Amino acid sequence: MGGLRLKKFRIQLMIKVQEIKKSFLVSLWFMFLTFPIMVIRVNSIEKVVEWRWKNMLIVGIGSFLLSFVWRYMLKKKEAGEKRAETGESGKTFLIQRILEERRFYIPLVTGLTIIAVAFPFTFSMYQTSIMTTALMYIVLGLGLNIVVGLAGLLDLGYVAFYAVGAYSYALLNYHFGLGFWSVLPIGAVLGFIFGVLLGFPVLRLRGDYLAIVTLGFGEIIRLVLENWNEFSFGPSGIANIDRPGFFGIQFSLQAASIYLYFLMIGLVIFTIIVVNRLQNSRIGRAWIALREDETACQAMGIDKTKTKLRAFALGATWAGMVGVIFAAKTTFINPASFTFLESAMILSIVVLGGMGSILGVIIGALILILLPEYLRAFSDYRMLIFGAIMVIMMVFRPQGIIANIRRTYKFDE
Amino acid sequence: MEYFLELILGGLTRGSIYALIALGYTMVYGIIELINFAHGEIYMIGAFTALIFTSVLTLLGFNEIAVIVLASLSAVIYSSAYGYTVEKIAYMPLRSASRLSPLISAIGMSIFLQNYVLLAQTSDFLPFPNLIPEFEFIKPYRYIISSSEIIILLTTSTAMILLTFLIKFTRTGKAMRATAQDRKMAMLVGVNVNRVISITFIIGSALAALGGVLIASHVGQINFYIGFIAGIKAFTAAVLGGIGSIPGAVLGALVLGLTESFATGYISSDYEDVFAFGLLVLILIFKPAGILGRVTTQKI
Repeated sequence: MGGLRLKKFRIQLMIKVQEIKKSFLVSLWFMFLTFPIMVIRVNSIEKVVEWRWKNMLIVGIGSFLLSFVWRYMLKKKEAGEKRAETGESGKTFLIQRILEERRFYIPLVTGLTIIAVAFPFTFSMYQTSIMTTALMYIVLGLGLNIVVGLAGLLDLGYVAFYAVGAYSYALLNYHFGLGFWSVLPIGAVLGFIFGVLLGFPVLRLRGDYLAIVTLGFGEIIRLVLENWNEFSFGPSGIANIDRPGFFGIQFSLQAASIYLYFLMIGLVIFTIIVVNRLQNSRIGRAWIALREDETACQAMGIDKTKTKLRAFALGATWAGMVGVIFAAKTTFINPASFTFLESAMILSIVVLGGMGSILGVIIGALILILLPEYLRAFSDYRMLIFGAIMVIMMVFRPQGIIANIRRTYKFDE
Repeated sequence: MEYFLELILGGLTRGSIYALIALGYTMVYGIIELINFAHGEIYMIGAFTALIFTSVLTLLGFNEIAVIVLASLSAVIYSSAYGYTVEKIAYMPLRSASRLSPLISAIGMSIFLQNYVLLAQTSDFLPFPNLIPEFEFIKPYRYIISSSEIIILLTTSTAMILLTFLIKFTRTGKAMRATAQDRKMAMLVGVNVNRVISITFIIGSALAALGGVLIASHVGQINFYIGFIAGIKAFTAAVLGGIGSIPGAVLGALVLGLTESFATGYISSDYEDVFAFGLLVLILIFKPAGILGRVTTQKI
């Protein structure tokens, strides 16, 4: 009896030693890998080399520990996949269960409403402004979610439509003095038109080509805005854009920010309702089917190009609308606000939250926009973390924090 | 006429550097059908490594030739190591996932590497020393071609000949072609597919690093963002020639280089990048298979 236990223990110990050895090798490898970039910094003007050995130590220890976590997560994911294959995956997230039950759902919504209404009156203008930004990203995320999450089209130039909206308000306001409320629908329509114009030629392409072409389009629009001085005032941008008014009444700065906040709350609710209705509609089901299998979809009589175009243009419409609001909120825009990194940020919101899941996108946007604001120390690492999140989510949890539950019809005898 | 000749040579130089980067895209795409977004960043890391080692070695008092050789070598080694690691972390766990997942993972990796260099080094443009010596015999033709252009053309053609040899005549090359044709079948006949994929990433990254060193010393400055634009342009070149095809990538890169050179020379240099993106969009719309690419039909 005792011998057996000792043997078991020895095997376990051997595995542990092996694991430690593996992690040690990983940490050595990363120390080698990051050596020139992390350790050496050359000041080429003063001709001095700065050696930062401390960074090497951090990388070594960090990668040693992280490699344990990495392997553990991979193992867990594999086990999860095996469970799914044998049909034992009855586990759903707590939030999803709450949403399904009315008894939790109603108080939750009431609570959220109270918080949302009280927020601008209890917190400072600065906090309200940050929250408004977060709400804008929620809407952008939900818009992109139609394209990426539902229809499965990877759009890397989403920010182009955002720029179209912002510039249409700025220019119409500058040249013709048009107000916010009259431009908001114009921005949406322009976004839609651009979506159709850009989408029509490229949507016949396969998924990965589509990603690159949309990225190219996004960059072209930004470069044109930057270089075409007569039209867009170039890199210096457009300033003194009017804030939104209310039937001709102009607000003070504080009132305007509260007003914008409630406007965004309204837009978020509107977007949620629309996207939710779309998801369960004929078009929505066609999108999801198209995402899963194009060939089968065509065989079922779905017009591939038309369906894709609808997703693309609808996503663009929302970007156009938020663009108008963005211009009205900041009262100054220039092409630097519409770089590829902005598209990448919106994409990581969708990826983190869960592609196709409305609640997921909302939570993703709140995490990714609010956390860097409050954790100022990390704000430099913001894009680094966004990049890492995209990789980590894809490797370990491609369905996002909150997976989208597909409607299934169960047959009970 | 001289201006015309200068533009042609400038275009060929540009094109051959795009070709070095485009080969990495096309090889990886040929084997695992993935657009390796982080490839441009590998090239950027190659340039940074070369810059760092050049400065350190010069300060340590090595002579010029030793600095050139050691710095280029370290750039190639480090870029290969990064390419290998990126594949292991971001793509290998996703072999059986849907098409969108590795693509998003690649974009994430690209953003991560860009910001890693930005944070660990600097966001400013760094001056890059001209590593390539001036040749005496070129002096009379200086206004048409510089010696760095000659070196670039020579190096890239040598690298391409070596690569063609490797793929056509060696055992590894055969394994690579087999994997590209049908991964499952290659596994069945005993090809170690994971190793082949790693080798592909290493070769592609090494070529990109070479391109990085050459262009950095030709242009004279680098920053953390050079990989993004270069990556997209090289991708354009790969698609132009027909992605997955190695001679196609070279041809596409030369066409792109010449197009850019003429467009900036005769039209306007403000829109340099717009021409490349515009060309990319046009090809993908009208001839998505590229010049030398095969039209693939989808298997059901």
